[in-house]
Amino acid sequence: MTAHLECRKLSVSYGGVRALDEVSFEVPRRSICAIVGPANSGKSSLLKCLNRTIDFVDTAKVTGEVLLDGTAVSKLRDVLGLRRRVGMVFPLPVGLPMSVYDNVAYAPRSRGVRAKAELDVIVERALRQAMLWDEVKDRLALLGTRLSGGQQQRLTLARALSMEPEVLCLDEFSIAIDPVTTMRIEEVLHELKRTTTIILATNLVQQARRLADQVVFLNAAKLVEVGDVVSMFERPRVMLTSRYLGGAIG
Amino acid sequence: MSPSPFAPTAHERHKEAVTARAHAVTLAATVALSLVVVALFVTLVVRAAPALSGALLWENPADKGKAGGLWAPLIGTVWLVVLSVLLVTPVGVAAAIYLNEYARPGPTTRVISLAVTSLAGVPSIVHALFGLGAFVLFAGLGASLQAAACTIAVMNLPVVIASAREALGSVPHAFREACWNLGASRWHTLRTVVLPNSLGGILTGVIFAVSRAAGETAPILFTGAVFFRAIPDGVPARLAPYGLDDPFMALAMHLHVIATQVSQMPPERTYATAVVLVTLVLLINSVAVVSRLRLRKHRKW
Repeated sequence: MTAHLECRKLSVSYGGVRALDEVSFEVPRRSICAIVGPANSGKSSLLKCLNRTIDFVDTAKVTGEVLLDGTAVSKLRDVLGLRRRVGMVFPLPVGLPMSVYDNVAYAPRSRGVRAKAELDVIVERALRQAMLWDEVKDRLALLGTRLSGGQQQRLTLARALSMEPEVLCLDEFSIAIDPVTTMRIEEVLHELKRTTTIILATNLVQQARRLADQVVFLNAAKLVEVGDVVSMFERPRVMLTSRYLGGAIG
Repeated sequence: MSPSPFAPTAHERHKEAVTARAHAVTLAATVALSLVVVALFVTLVVRAAPALSGALLWENPADKGKAGGLWAPLIGTVWLVVLSVLLVTPVGVAAAIYLNEYARPGPTTRVISLAVTSLAGVPSIVHALFGLGAFVLFAGLGASLQAAACTIAVMNLPVVIASAREALGSVPHAFREACWNLGASRWHTLRTVVLPNSLGGILTGVIFAVSRAAGETAPILFTGAVFFRAIPDGVPARLAPYGLDDPFMALAMHLHVIATQVSQMPPERTYATAVVLVTLVLLINSVAVVSRLRLRKHRKW
């Protein structure tokens, strides 16, 4: 079975400064892959390569390949389609300045879905999946920016889920929200794993341990070690991995 | 008895004194500024009082401006402003969108930005001569309303570009990234999120630019404004008395001529003309101020 997602010698530099240095690993279909590592280790740059939003960073230079289902994403003509296949949730909650409903309907609409009935179904499904439906179902016309931080983060998740992405990337999704909301989203991710491949960049080592099937450890732009969650935590091959995951660093 | 532990130290007293002085100086500057504006307006109105009436607005000038009203120059200025806004807004806003949203930072973008900034520093009399050469003579528009409107539009271009860029820049970058991550193109993002949330700011900037244009004399001096032109009577004709390729009357031009070149001009009429011009500018400005206030109230984030 081929990997769902694969990075091959992926490198990113910003104006000559290396942010990611020849990183290679594979992610199997319908699994959760946690990318851990300290700040500036290249986690966010890696995620941006997966849906090619790195293209919007003028100074960034990318070499190597990201393969989705065996096809290099750099060769894909339909970049917008790629971004709908690979959903992205950011570190900070961002409600777009429009209603909750319009926030979630944004991606389907930009894909060309116009029928109200169809949009209604998508919006409700995405909000239910993100565990936000019960809190907002009576005020779908409220501005997305007026929700609380935790609600906006789940709104961001619902927006990504509205596209039914086959890969869902989450970049430090829990740094701006409370532990209770974090646990609820973690439950959501467990649920989603049945249909979706999930890439989770996180600073929280315990979160990686709770959720991940596979762990990728980056440090100073380089891949230190990759392996399944048990062997990474119980029997890491590299000293640095055991010190970082064991909590000796940071 | 020992001093209280909470008594201010010498350093704290010094800081307080400095703060108080800064407060006083900045307040004085603000009051002085307001006084100048109030003094200007009150002086104008007091001196113009004998000539102020409804007829002054509605009647056409007669006897080199010594009799009649100000209708013909007033409506000329209004049309000049309307036309130049229609010309400058699409070009200025499109350029701002390009510079802010599409252009990659680099030498070319820097040169273009520098050119726009330099254009803002060109004196209005130079714009006037440029308008004469480019629009009146080269483009063959003749000394006309359209040539003057083009000249004013070019003069306002940098102001409109700068304020539109500022308005676009005030929309947080995170909103754009959120849209890109959802598979929206740059243009779709602009149309659905960036422009709807910066349109108010852009329009406010345009209105401020316009109000400045209404009071300018130099750029229209060579490009189409005349001191006197008979205009037809009757209500529909009075509202649009000048064709696009006709020379036209304008308030700023009228004021310039009656103040400097007409002998035995009753002074209260000169002041009255100034009052009408200043009021027009203030009216346009207040539209911008009100729209800005409404905008702040309806901020979406």
